[in-house]
Amino acid sequence: MTAILTNLFDGVAYGMLLFVLACGLAVTLGLMNFVNLAHGAFAMAGGYVCMVLVNLMGWPFFAALPLAFVSSAAIGIALERTLYRHLYTRSHLDQVLFTIGLTFMSVAAVDYIQGSSRVFINLPAALQGQFDLFGVGIGRYRLMIIVICGLLTVGLQMVLAKTRFGSRLRAAVDDPRAASGLGINVPQVFAFTFAFGCGLAGLGGALSAEILGLDPYFPLKFMIYFLIVVTVGGSSSITGPFLASLLLGIGDVAGKYYVPKMGPFVIYTMMIVILIWRPNGLFGRPAAR
Amino acid sequence: MFERKLSHKATLKATWAAAVAAVAGLAGLAPAEAADSVKVGLILPMTGGQASTGKQIENAIKLYMQQKGDTVAGKKVEIIVKDDGAVPDRTKTAAQELIVNDKVNFIAGFGVTPAALAAAPLATQAKIPEVVMAAGTSIITERSPYIVRTSFTLAQSSTIIGDWAVKNGIKKVATLTSDYAPGNDALNFFKQNFTAGGGEVVEEVKVPLQNPDFAPFLQRMKDAKPDAIFVFVPAGQGGNFMKQYAERGLDKAGIKVIGPGDVTDDDLLNNMGDAVLGTVTAHLYSAAHPSQMNKDFVAAYKKAFGNRPGFMAVGGYDGIHLIYEALKKTGGDTNGDKLIEAMKGQKWESPRGPISIDPETRDIVQNIYIRKVEKVDGELYNVEFATFQAVKDLGKTKK
Repeated sequence: MTAILTNLFDGVAYGMLLFVLACGLAVTLGLMNFVNLAHGAFAMAGGYVCMVLVNLMGWPFFAALPLAFVSSAAIGIALERTLYRHLYTRSHLDQVLFTIGLTFMSVAAVDYIQGSSRVFINLPAALQGQFDLFGVGIGRYRLMIIVICGLLTVGLQMVLAKTRFGSRLRAAVDDPRAASGLGINVPQVFAFTFAFGCGLAGLGGALSAEILGLDPYFPLKFMIYFLIVVTVGGSSSITGPFLASLLLGIGDVAGKYYVPKMGPFVIYTMMIVILIWRPNGLFGRPAAR
Repeated sequence: MFERKLSHKATLKATWAAAVAAVAGLAGLAPAEAADSVKVGLILPMTGGQASTGKQIENAIKLYMQQKGDTVAGKKVEIIVKDDGAVPDRTKTAAQELIVNDKVNFIAGFGVTPAALAAAPLATQAKIPEVVMAAGTSIITERSPYIVRTSFTLAQSSTIIGDWAVKNGIKKVATLTSDYAPGNDALNFFKQNFTAGGGEVVEEVKVPLQNPDFAPFLQRMKDAKPDAIFVFVPAGQGGNFMKQYAERGLDKAGIKVIGPGDVTDDDLLNNMGDAVLGTVTAHLYSAAHPSQMNKDFVAAYKKAFGNRPGFMAVGGYDGIHLIYEALKKTGGDTNGDKLIEAMKGQKWESPRGPISIDPETRDIVQNIYIRKVEKVDGELYNVEFATFQAVKDLGKTKK
């Protein structure tokens, strides 16, 4: 019984992490209809910023996390204004080629500056180790991930559903022409959304360094996981990717624990089954565009 | 007028003569140049997940050539580095280019087993030595009579740690190994010696090579309640593994980590945190090896490249040494068969201790040390406390 709960806990933490990493991609892909394969590069940037601040400049970990968000968002907005916006109207193939190129450049750049070996962020002692809760081993770091990501998810959902900005964004996505006719500054809304998605990725990158490992190949290694989350979840809302992340996280952990021989394939099997059952993802609407 | 015509003809003739001479000269020059230099094609993963292996080997070779000079037996040694990213297809292409276009006299390097195997048929065909400086699966040297190895085989360290474990009160072991050839070698040789000595393997998990999160596997290890976990993950993943091992509290549950030394590679050891303290591994090299030669080697390496050499660096250092010695013995003759003959049975003192090349298998014979991770001057090191002398590759001697 305790083993089940520990696995559930680990799975939820892993799923939450996947969600923070991938939800920016769900936003750009689903809401803005833009294929950004360089998404992982923003996550990696956040991770490295956090690593440099904490390890080399002695910042406390919790102070470095927001900065990981801010710096990835800043890089995101700079690239959006200079490069990405020219590609919004181009075909998906152009977008894929452009962003995968960007990914390779980021890999080479980080490899050149930081070297290719894996880096770790020095954590405060309070975040290390496990404690027992009614016999269930709870990792402190994983608990922190669940708390942070849980709050973020609730916040995001509130912003999208309840605020003026949220309704503007949804309007801009549904019909950009009508939205700009109504006086909504569509490019600005998109730029802001894009930057926010990049920021989330940066935060995810900083959080994941401890669990997934951070090295210059991060964007390539985990691209497939982000894409699985978005395809399984459907890209029309953030609830879809959220539930998909949890499902995949728990499935992956449980699969590796109970059937270690099959472990790595569980996540792919789940994806295939779900996509056969619901080709547009769990919460996808039939392709409208 | 006439004179002028003549002179014109003469000039023409002279030009032709010059041209012919130039061509002849070129033709004559080319082999002369080749005869004065020896080319070593170094195929390494300089990018990708195994890049630290490639960089260490390249650094070590640079260091060796700085120390010993770049001429041997009257020939200039030229190194051509090619990056294969540890992808066997690219290894093969690189080897082909090096052999056909650059006309190299040696191919060397090879970060992973599949890369070393991919180049084997080319070495056989071209009749040039293939010096394996990193890859550690037993079968490699059997794939071509032109392969020699200066790294290690996983059988060497895995059998020894298996023997050591049973003798030191470890009865139940859970294993966690990467699911590819070297991981399977490590697992099988460990199991064979450990169970023969009366030990019991209570849990056996193979993790995918590209593994993001060890958590579920480690939880399984923890629930199996063994005395120790036997771990093999490729150099580079060790840090991640040790972190999660500590996070999950396996250290506090009294479960030790044992294994071949890849998991506590010197390259990364110092960043792994105190959880790694007390890990016992069997391996060929520790940067803390107490010989004077090793102290000098570590000091020179640190000075040149700013970090500690690991066992991959030593494999490269010894590899280039073997190439130098073979050339000395043949007097600069670059005939592949003669070079391989010259390499067989070579014995020398390496930073890791005394080593030699087994004349029958062309594989390395070396001491295997049992080490424990301890803090020395505030840094984490593998401190050697027992030595098994001149260990051959047990993967082959069994046959």
